[in-house]
Amino acid sequence: MSHIIIRVTNVHKSFKLGRIELPALRGVNLEIEKGRYISIMGPSGSGKSTLFNMIGGLDKPTSGKVFIDEVDIAQLDAYELAWLRCRKIGYIFQTFNLIQVMTALENVTLPMIFAGMDQERAVEKGLELLKMVGLADRFRHKPFELSGGQQQRVAVARALANDPAIILADEPTGNLDLTTGAEIIDLLKHLSAERKVTVISATHDFKMLNVSDQVVWIRDGRIEKIENRDELSISVGQIDSRALQD
Amino acid sequence: MQTHEPHQTSDSAQRLLVLPLGKSIQIAFQSLRVRFLRSLITVASLVLAIAFFCFTQVGTDLADSMLQTGNDGFRQALVRAGYDLSPVTTSIGSTPKQKWLMFLSLLVCLVGIVNAQLMSVSERVREIGTMKCLGALDRFILRIFLLEAGMQGLVGSAAGALVGTAAALIIGMVRFGPQALKPLAFSQVAFSLLLSMAVGLGLSLTAVIYPAAKAARMQPVEAMRREF
Ligand SMILES: Nc1ncnc2c1ncn2[C@@H]1O[C@H](COP(=O)(O)OP(=O)(O)OP(=O)(O)O)[C@@H](O)[C@H]1O
Ligand SMILES: [Mg+2]
Repeated sequence: MSHIIIRVTNVHKSFKLGRIELPALRGVNLEIEKGRYISIMGPSGSGKSTLFNMIGGLDKPTSGKVFIDEVDIAQLDAYELAWLRCRKIGYIFQTFNLIQVMTALENVTLPMIFAGMDQERAVEKGLELLKMVGLADRFRHKPFELSGGQQQRVAVARALANDPAIILADEPTGNLDLTTGAEIIDLLKHLSAERKVTVISATHDFKMLNVSDQVVWIRDGRIEKIENRDELSISVGQIDSRALQD
Repeated sequence: MQTHEPHQTSDSAQRLLVLPLGKSIQIAFQSLRVRFLRSLITVASLVLAIAFFCFTQVGTDLADSMLQTGNDGFRQALVRAGYDLSPVTTSIGSTPKQKWLMFLSLLVCLVGIVNAQLMSVSERVREIGTMKCLGALDRFILRIFLLEAGMQGLVGSAAGALVGTAAALIIGMVRFGPQALKPLAFSQVAFSLLLSMAVGLGLSLTAVIYPAAKAARMQPVEAMRREF
């Protein structure tokens, strides 16, 4: 059996809006193997981002547990949690979230600086990563001088800064056009294959299906089904035919 | 240039998270430069308050040094200028009314800076959240905000102190004639100048404590959630 890098057990999450409790996750169980490319699919409001935040240690479940490398992240203190975010996980967001006041290179080196790497080595590695995402000549540019696709590439490079075991991407193609989105997907796929990084991507972009090893379908805060790559073509076919009917 | 922290290998037992001082200064400086206009407004209120503070201090220094000479002409000039001198008065300090005005102007300035810094924090919610996702500790964020306030405080209070001193000397010269500046000791003026700068810096740092603490305590998820 291969190594389970993320284990989510019976996770519930509800948000309090005044007196009303709004359940966003209603008992999610999930195991993710190391090195796979996972897509979390579901309609808007189904709880993808909420699950993403739980897995990434960005938010705490109301009940249930999340284990990363068999460590219960609820047991970590603030320092260990920050360390986990710095070293173990790379985040990619729909809105890119580059730090606006910093250049592309500074954005990529920041996590390495946090991790205690010295400036020279960080710059060297930062340039290498930017080259890998095809932005070698743009390292001095600020985010607002880059296109959406280029910004997302910088974000991918930054996510890889500390050689994380996991990359979490919440709708990484959501703000990109079709071809640029496809390029980012290819890049992520390439990385997961090349570097054995576990990629978990929340999305409603069906282009993601082709590259995923596994697709987790989520609806109303519950996992509807989990499909492996070989089972996928059937449901993709269904979606295509459904889309044609609409 | 960067200051280098001792090099660490990526040993997972050594769970290290650092933000070297040089890097924090660089980030703080960049943030100020990018939001130049906003920083300028914050600094301007500090310049005004400190200029007034320093003006009052140096004006008092000047009057006091004139009185200390024992020169009768100076004494009469001071009385004409509205100083309330009895025959036994041998030194001049700032009046309660002046103290009260200085205190009020500093207070107004403090409230203004707190407001400006809170706005700066809410403008940067996403940036703070992103940094936290990259592994920033609360104290990194706190330090960046304190450094920014420190730089603003230094620049603003230095400018204010210089303006205030210059104004006090020029007005003193106009009122009492150029010879009135002669008895004024340089060390006395320098002390007032430094005091004003220290007050300004202290003010700027005090004003940022609450906004910076608010920024530092922000959870990454709440910081990322807000849409702009
Ligand atoms: N901070 C919050 N406060 C209150 N309710 C929230 C909060 N965050 C999420 N929710 C609710 O939780 C549910 C799931 O939201 P979530 O953002 O996880 O959906 P999603 O699947 O990511 O949707 P989308 O595809 O639109 O991004 C929604 O009903 C949403 O309104
Ligand atoms: Mg979402």
